[in-house]
Amino acid sequence: MSETLKVPTMAEYMSQGKQPEVLFWVGCAGSFDDRAKKITKAFVKLLHKANVEFAVLGTEESCTGDPAKRAGNEFLFQMQAVTNIEVLNAYEVKKIVTACPHCFNTIKNEYPELGGNYEVMHHTQFLKTLLNEGRLTVEGGKFKGKRITFHDPCYLGRANNIYEAPRQLIEKLEAELVEMKNCKRNGLCCGAGGAQMFKEPESGEKDVNVERTEQALETKPEIVAAGCPFCNTMLTDGMKAKEREEVQVMDVAELIANADDL
Amino acid sequence: MQYLPNILFAIALVLGIGYFTKNVKKLIRNIKLGNEVDASDNTSQRWKNVVNIALGQSKMVRRPVSGLLHVIVYVGFIIINIEVLEIIIDGLFGTHRIGLKILPTSVYGFLIGSFEVLACLVFISVIIFWIRRNVLKLARFWKSEMTSWPKNDGNIILYFEMVLMTLFLVMNATDLEFQALNSGNIVSQYIAPWFSSLSETALHTIERTAWWLHILGILIFLNYLYFSKHLHILLAFPNVYFGRIKPQGEFNNLEAVTNEVKMMMDPNADPFATPAEGAEEEVPAKFGASDVQDLNRIQLLNAYTCTECGRCTSECPANQTGKKLSPRKIMMDTRDRLEEVGKNIDSNKGEFKDDGKQLLDDYITREELWACTSCNACVEACPVSINPLSIILEMRRYLVMEQSAAPAELNNMMTNIENNGAPWPYNQMDRLNWAND
Repeated sequence: MSETLKVPTMAEYMSQGKQPEVLFWVGCAGSFDDRAKKITKAFVKLLHKANVEFAVLGTEESCTGDPAKRAGNEFLFQMQAVTNIEVLNAYEVKKIVTACPHCFNTIKNEYPELGGNYEVMHHTQFLKTLLNEGRLTVEGGKFKGKRITFHDPCYLGRANNIYEAPRQLIEKLEAELVEMKNCKRNGLCCGAGGAQMFKEPESGEKDVNVERTEQALETKPEIVAAGCPFCNTMLTDGMKAKEREEVQVMDVAELIANADDL
Repeated sequence: MQYLPNILFAIALVLGIGYFTKNVKKLIRNIKLGNEVDASDNTSQRWKNVVNIALGQSKMVRRPVSGLLHVIVYVGFIIINIEVLEIIIDGLFGTHRIGLKILPTSVYGFLIGSFEVLACLVFISVIIFWIRRNVLKLARFWKSEMTSWPKNDGNIILYFEMVLMTLFLVMNATDLEFQALNSGNIVSQYIAPWFSSLSETALHTIERTAWWLHILGILIFLNYLYFSKHLHILLAFPNVYFGRIKPQGEFNNLEAVTNEVKMMMDPNADPFATPAEGAEEEVPAKFGASDVQDLNRIQLLNAYTCTECGRCTSECPANQTGKKLSPRKIMMDTRDRLEEVGKNIDSNKGEFKDDGKQLLDDYITREELWACTSCNACVEACPVSINPLSIILEMRRYLVMEQSAAPAELNNMMTNIENNGAPWPYNQMDRLNWAND
């Protein structure tokens, strides 16, 4: 597929002497991971559809430092943070949206003390605002009546108390939203947080992502919705392990974009 | 001779409260071994938390069965203790049921009646707690850290409560004067007939014995607290006050690191500059924690507050899938080590003498630390705002920044971030390629 998306950078805006409405923080997964890149593109299509003037940092973006910090490497985290903050502040960025709850949590909660103060939104919150403002419309389309369960990412849910925005978006699709036995503040981790994504798990009886996938499958869903690229990977792997690949794991942004055949 | 009981009572009271005070002082000294931490922010939110979470038990009742039973025992405990006031006055001044002389009979009857009902409910709840632990064997009470002392401790507390409640009811049931009033003996009137065949003297002896055992039992229980997981009945309140106010996802930024990073990033900084006057004495900060003295005071208070209910462990994704990590064990280990350090200080004239041990490895293994997903489920589950995750993070910091002892895969991840600005080995210049894929 060689369809080219128009993705303006902050540098381009700057050269025209303009400021975008919002900076889209793509994140490492969103930039490099094949599965997550699809989420990035779906979200960009929605931004275009809603006529949002957005920009990315492109090659000037760097890891927020989240996995380094959770692994205990505060030096590396702060080096990353300070570098990113310098770039963001140089562009006078005020508002940031990101599709990764880890980037979201880090920039929103851990950057202010290091000199980075921005309004930070998770993409599900941002999409909900666009809907509320009438800039984006969502119709059920192909997801009407489908059984969808939402997996709460730890760094969106418990970490930042955001449980409703993604659910309200799914309900807009006229889908049947079903809850797992552990949801919202009791949601079970997918197993990727705290830098676990980058290492093999310690020995045990089972992998965390398989446990969570089983909980999701108990709701007999047609689709498992996620709001985090890492959760997405973990649950997709879980479906493979359970040989239930017909159950799709999709990001909320993809659901909305696909409903509209974007 | 007629003042002998009063004198004995006063001695028991002074000894009981004195020894408890001594241990409380030790506890405070031990907590102060930790680093100072500023919690002067958000005062009103902190008090709100004390009211809702500690007094109001809002997080306890998230699990309705144990929550409700706990509320009964908690309310019973607080209210029945009003009775202790009367016992102390009676004991010191040789009066009998001073309340009857001060209050109208109906009011006194109402008070004692409420105590009797609560005592009965507490007794039943405690029996159910015992059954849940020992017969139904709820998984969280049978994890590997819940053997020997922690297991016995849990049961001893339940037996204590059963005995204290029984003594209170027996004391009322064998008090002929009180039964004759027929006000307030809501429960004890049904126990009184069990003793009906006994002589008045025998009844009086039983009543006095129950009275003495009840107050001595309370004093012993008070002193048992320091050696038990049961300290939460006192420490839950300060612990909730000092609990987390910020979003759970926010991990603290290490200030010592910020200073170094700022220096590294400052183009005007002179790396060869001689340190400022007086700075030479400064010991370089230790990053992270390998022992209890490296933790902060709130974390150490957390450890003393933990009552080993295991809600954290039962919610932990690592523990649920059979990994060694148990957030409850992190708290128990921290307390055990802190106690060990405290005893070391006691026996070495107030100075800690290196004992060749530390919290890391000797208590908490690396395998446990690396199994954490930092998901905050343990923090969310704790009914008294304990944060096991913060201790895990501090210990990871020590492993990574002081020892460079991260698992190899994490070292790869970190090298990638350092070199390419991403946890995977992709080139930073390719970061926008997705737009043209």
